Amino acid sequence: MTGPQTPDPGPRTFTAEDYKYGFKTEVEAVSLAKGLNEGIVRQISAARNEPDFLLQFRLKAFAALSRMREPRWARLDFPPIDYQAISYYSAPKQAETHGSLDEIDPEILKTFEKLGIPLDEQKRLSGVAVDAVFDSVSVATTHQEKLFDAGVIFCSIGEAVRLYPALVERWIGSVVPAGDNWFAALNSAVFSDGSFVYIPPHVRCPLELSTYFRINNTESGQFERTLIIADRGSHVSYLEGCTAPKTSKNQLHAAVVELVAETDAEIKYSTVQNWFAGDPQTGVGGVYNFVTKRGLCRGDRAKISWTQVEAGSSITWKYPSCVLKGDDSVGEFYSVALTNGRMQADTGTKMIHIGKRTRSTIVSKGISADRSRNVYRGLVQVMKSAEGARNYTCCDSMLVGKECEAHTYPYVDVQRPDAQVEHEASTSRLSEEQLFYLQARGIGHEEAVGAIVSGFAKDVLAVLPMEFAAEARKLLQIKLENSVG
Amino acid sequence: MVIGMTATPDPGPRTSDLLQVTDLKVTVAGLTIVDGLTLSVPAGEVHAIMGPNGSGKSTLSKALAGHPAYAIAGGGAALDGKDLLAMEPDERVHAGLFVGFQYPTEVPGVNNAEFLRMAWNARRKALGQPEATAKEFAPILAERIRQAEAPEDYAGRQLNAGLSGGQKKRNEILQMYVLEPRLAILDETDSGLDIDAIKAVARGINGFRRPDRSIVLITHFQRLLELVKPDRIHVLVKGRIVHSGGPELAERLEAEGYDRFERA
Repeated sequence: MTGPQTPDPGPRTFTAEDYKYGFKTEVEAVSLAKGLNEGIVRQISAARNEPDFLLQFRLKAFAALSRMREPRWARLDFPPIDYQAISYYSAPKQAETHGSLDEIDPEILKTFEKLGIPLDEQKRLSGVAVDAVFDSVSVATTHQEKLFDAGVIFCSIGEAVRLYPALVERWIGSVVPAGDNWFAALNSAVFSDGSFVYIPPHVRCPLELSTYFRINNTESGQFERTLIIADRGSHVSYLEGCTAPKTSKNQLHAAVVELVAETDAEIKYSTVQNWFAGDPQTGVGGVYNFVTKRGLCRGDRAKISWTQVEAGSSITWKYPSCVLKGDDSVGEFYSVALTNGRMQADTGTKMIHIGKRTRSTIVSKGISADRSRNVYRGLVQVMKSAEGARNYTCCDSMLVGKECEAHTYPYVDVQRPDAQVEHEASTSRLSEEQLFYLQARGIGHEEAVGAIVSGFAKDVLAVLPMEFAAEARKLLQIKLENSVG
Repeated sequence: MVIGMTATPDPGPRTSDLLQVTDLKVTVAGLTIVDGLTLSVPAGEVHAIMGPNGSGKSTLSKALAGHPAYAIAGGGAALDGKDLLAMEPDERVHAGLFVGFQYPTEVPGVNNAEFLRMAWNARRKALGQPEATAKEFAPILAERIRQAEAPEDYAGRQLNAGLSGGQKKRNEILQMYVLEPRLAILDETDSGLDIDAIKAVARGINGFRRPDRSIVLITHFQRLLELVKPDRIHVLVKGRIVHSGGPELAERLEAEGYDRFERA
C-alpha cells in the first residue's frame, strides 16, 4: 500500500522547470494583517481561543525574539528577510474541527487528492494515519478511532490545546525553549498549528503516523509546531512530508519539532522534504526553510532516530538534534540532502551526550548538482557526565557537475577521556564511468543516475519506512535527471 | 606482409557476419588508437583478438560499447546489419551486444541482483516483453548463476564494489548470461584469474556458444585459448588487424611474440 508521499503511480513526466506540486488551490482564506508585533501575537492567540498559558508562552517568545538577531553564521546567501511583509496567520475559512470528511471544503480535498493523500477509508488499510496541515491549520486527522482504542493521541496542536491542555502546557517548549534561537522564537510567538502526539506507557503505536504540510497561501509564512511525547516503553514512527506551490516569491517556513522519549521509549521521525526550490537557473522564488528539530532522550535507554530526505527548498537551515540525557540512550541521524539548481542547504545534526554510555550515529549523504551548495554542519558533544559515550559519524558528499559546492563542518567537543568518537568522510564525483557501465548493460541514462544515487544514499534510504523509501528514491532520480549530462 | 606466415586476406563482409567492423578509426583525447580496423565475425564463431599492450584492444571494445570518451573518427560497425555506432550504449545492448570489460566499474551501494534485474528488465522493455518483479527474477538469476558457474553469493554482493579483480570478471560472465547477447566481446576476461577460476570462466564461455551467437575474446595470453578453442585468431598491432589465422596461430604467437608483426 502506498503512503501519503506516494501519489498515483501512473505515468509521470517531469522537466527541469516542472515542479510537480506547484499548483495552488482556490480556497477562501482568513488572514491577519501583515507584519509582526505584540498585537499580532495576541490576535493569533485570540483567534485560536487559546488558554492563558499559551498566550504567555507566545509573549515570552516574542520578547526573546525582540532581543535577538537573525543568525547569519550558516553558509547561506540570501537577501534580508522582511519580517514585517509576512502574514503570520492564514487559515482556510472553514477551519473548525470537522466531524467527518464531508464537512471539509471540496477544494481542499481536491488538493489532497492531487498530493496523493486520499483522506478516506483506504488510508486505514494502508496503515497510515494522516494529519494534513494546510497552510498552517490542521484540516483533518484520519484514523482517530483506531488510535483512540490504543490510547494514542494524534491530533492538531490546536485540538490538543483544547482537549489536553495539561499535556501541552507540560511539554511545549521543554525541548526547544521559546527563546532557543531566532527562528524557534519566531515560531513560538506565531505558530498557528501543527501536530500533537502522545503515546501512553508501553504502547506500540498501531499505525505509522503521518503529517503532510503544504503552504498554499503565497503571502503567508508557515510556522507549524510538532510535539511528540513517547511515554515509558512506548514506540512510535512518525512521517512528515512537505510540498508548496511554485511561486516567484519566497515563502518563509520556520517550524519547530520537539520530541520527548521517556525511559525505554523509541521515536522514529522521518521526513521527505520537497518544498519548491526556486527557479533552477536564476534561483528566484522557493521556500526558505528554517527549522528547529530537537529530540530529548529523557529517560534511560530511550532512543530517538531522525531520518530525512531533503530534496527541496531554495534555502535549508536545519539540524535535527538529540539530547541524550538518559543513561544508555541512543540518538541517530540519517540524512540525504540533495541540492540542485541554485539551492543552498546548510544542514546536519547535534548529538549532545549527557547520560552514561550514550551512543549516537550520524550518517550524512550530501549530493550537490548544478550550481548548488551543500553544507554538512554537525556537532558531537560529550559532556563530563557522559561516561563511556560513543559516536560514529560518516559524512559523504557526491558532486554532480563542476559548478556545485560541498562543504563539511564537523564540530567535536569531547570532555571525557574515555569517549569514543569516530568520524569518516569522503567526497566523490558521480562518475561518467559508472554511468557508462550501467548503460553498457542496457540500463537507460535516467535509471542509471537513479541507481548510482540510490546506491550512494543506500544507508539512509534503508532506514526509511518502506513506502517512503520508494518515493524518496524516485524523488532523487527525478531531481538529478537533468543535472547529469 | 609477414615472412614465414601465410597471410589470410579478409574476405570482406558476408551476409552471415554477425559483426562487421569496417575501416574503423577511434581517437582518445585526440590520439588515434584504432586506425583502420576491419573485422568480420560470422554467427556461431568464436574469434580471438591478440596483440601487444597498447595495440588498441580495449579501445576497440570500449568504442563498440559506446563509451563517450572514445570518439569515432571514421569507418563503421554493424551488428546483425544494424549500425551500432548510431545507437546509445544501452540501445546497443538491446540490439544484442555485450562487452565484458577489462576493469569492470565499481558502483557502491548497488545490489548485484537488483542491478541485474534492472538490466534484464531494460532489455525486456526494449523487446516489448513484460518486466520481472524481484520475486519473479530471483529464480531466473539463480539459474543464470548456475549456468555461468558464478559463486552463489553473487546475488547478494554489491555491484563490483568489494569484489576482487577476478571476482569482477566472473561477475561479467554472469551478466553475459543474464543479458543473453548475440555478440559477446570479452576484454581480457582471463587476466587476474587463478587457474581454477580461468577454468570456470572457460566453461562459462563454452557453455554460452550457440550457432546464432558469436564471441570475441580479447586476450594477451594463450592459456584461455587452450580452454576455449577459437575459430579464428586476429593479430592487432597499432590499431589494425595485421594478420588472421586459425587456432594454431595462438601457439605460434606464444612462442614467437608479436615482434615480427610490430616490425612489419
